[in-house]
Amino acid sequence: MATLQLRDIRKSFGSVEVIKGIDLEIDDREFVVFVGPSGCGKSTLLRMIAGLEEITGGDLMINGKRINRVGPADRGLAMVFQSYALYPHMTVRQNMAFALRLARVPKADRDRKVGEAARILQLEPYLERRPKDLSGGQRQRVAIGRAIVRQPKVFLFDEPLSNLDAALRGQMRIELLRLHEELNATMIYVTHDQIEAMTMADKIVVLQAGRVEQVGSPLELYHHPANLFVAGFIGSPRMNLMGAKVVETGATGTSVALPSGPRIVVPVESGTMANGDAVTLGVRPEGLRIDPSGLIAGTVSLVERLGGLTLLHVMIEGSKFVTVQIEGSDPTRTHDQIRLAVDPAACHVFDKNGQALPQHSRHSMAA
Amino acid sequence: MRATPLQRLLSFIFGWGAALLLFFPIAWMVLTSFKSERDATSPGLFFAPSLDAYREVFARADYLSFALNSVVISVGGTVLALLFAIPAAYAMAFHPTRRTRGTLLWMLSTKMLPPVGVLVPIYLLFRTAGLLDTRSGLVMIYALMNLPIVVWMLFTFYKEVPKEILEAGRMDGAKTAGEVWFLLLPLTLPGVASTGLLSLILCWNEAFWSLNLTSAGAAPLTAFIASFSSPEGLFFAKLSAASTMAIAPILVFGWFSQRQLVQGLTFGAVK
Repeated sequence: MATLQLRDIRKSFGSVEVIKGIDLEIDDREFVVFVGPSGCGKSTLLRMIAGLEEITGGDLMINGKRINRVGPADRGLAMVFQSYALYPHMTVRQNMAFALRLARVPKADRDRKVGEAARILQLEPYLERRPKDLSGGQRQRVAIGRAIVRQPKVFLFDEPLSNLDAALRGQMRIELLRLHEELNATMIYVTHDQIEAMTMADKIVVLQAGRVEQVGSPLELYHHPANLFVAGFIGSPRMNLMGAKVVETGATGTSVALPSGPRIVVPVESGTMANGDAVTLGVRPEGLRIDPSGLIAGTVSLVERLGGLTLLHVMIEGSKFVTVQIEGSDPTRTHDQIRLAVDPAACHVFDKNGQALPQHSRHSMAA
Repeated sequence: MRATPLQRLLSFIFGWGAALLLFFPIAWMVLTSFKSERDATSPGLFFAPSLDAYREVFARADYLSFALNSVVISVGGTVLALLFAIPAAYAMAFHPTRRTRGTLLWMLSTKMLPPVGVLVPIYLLFRTAGLLDTRSGLVMIYALMNLPIVVWMLFTFYKEVPKEILEAGRMDGAKTAGEVWFLLLPLTLPGVASTGLLSLILCWNEAFWSLNLTSAGAAPLTAFIASFSSPEGLFFAKLSAASTMAIAPILVFGWFSQRQLVQGLTFGAVK
């Protein structure tokens, strides 16, 4: 049972503020992912929660108790490091038992807990080996095992999969999710990989330059990005962003026009927008489709065939590239002239400050 | 690239040349120690070997008490230096501040002063504190003398240890002492060992402070040697015998630990 609250958490190195006031609630058994570009402060924030970095300002609470000044070991957290940070001079068994040894847990209990963790992680054949004799994936599992045996209130993961190759990363993602299910534990996971964030998280926290850009479920962030940054960061391939102008505001939506003329009525609230205001129109690649009577004319400049999906890179408006995602293997070829139709429900409008205009209806899956 | 026969010949000649050149004085000293006092000044390689010089040295001075002093003072000085240097190097390597680099350089710079420059103040301090001619006094001086080098060496070894390993230890519940004892020391054991060995050798060979701060009670082997270069006249055979006996323990010790020493001293460079 563990909940975390961050209240206006701040961190400065000298005169440089790197974490600029973060408020966050993490519920029991939640899988929370901190995601953002490198340098956004996500790892620093995790290390502050772990107790490895001092907190300059604000309150960090676990189960309602302020723990800003509690040492890392006494916070009841366990961390898995990007470099695994296994103890090279100890066997796998000793690595996993180290925390218990320090806590003076009797040997029989230690062996039982290590055995249990080894079973969950399928590490039993390797218990007497040293880290250097293990593969990357096995080391990763030992690092997780070291966290499991402590039965922590919260697991912290600092980019744990970034040193693994793509196939193993996919496999470990699933294993981590299974582990989350099995251990019923609260987990905080840091990554720069938005696919990891989308596939694993109950709740994603998007960070940029030491601030929270948006907090929400993966599909909430995908379907209702709060601003341009989140819209561009979440989703692969990226959302298409085009400059546009407001031409009509009304109760049914906001009409925007692309520079070459096509108008789209997007079901978003106009708020204080007025005709002629510059906005950014965002359309997900799957919100565009080939349609001979479509509004937008373009030339296909590149086709990526993934088998199940086809990605077209299309030049529109003479100079602007958009990505179109089509299900299945599409026959369209490079240099083809095509017309694109836009699904207004898949469109987003951002004002000149990059804030999204509120959509009329919520996506059914975006809680 | 493979070496040509000429290159191999040259490196053979230079390698052995340098080794023999370095070893020659020691070999000559050992040789002289087996000569009679009459033969000692002549450069002849052929002579009737005798143990007379050794017998006389033993008769004139208590070798074992000097040797015991050397062991106690060297080991004591090394242990004391390590005791201070291990936490110091830990702090500098893992919790550096803006001034850490400067502090390290400053520590090393103290090694660039001639020790004689501080002889008088140290002597007076020792006299007032009643440390003259005591083992504990020399232990302190030797520890201080080697501290800069010991800290520097440990610092470079510690720098090789990834910070995350100690952080993982901290998450696992290790306090600072636990981090050092369970993680840092085992991981840098070769480095700590070679640092200790080097310190031991430097202490053993030190003569300046031992000659000036001891008389009889705490005098180590270096003072033992010096006592044979007496004003009564030079007795090369006896002097050589005394010197041979003084360096024999450290020579044997060095022989057994050379592998460890070379490994430790080149640790940072090879990586």
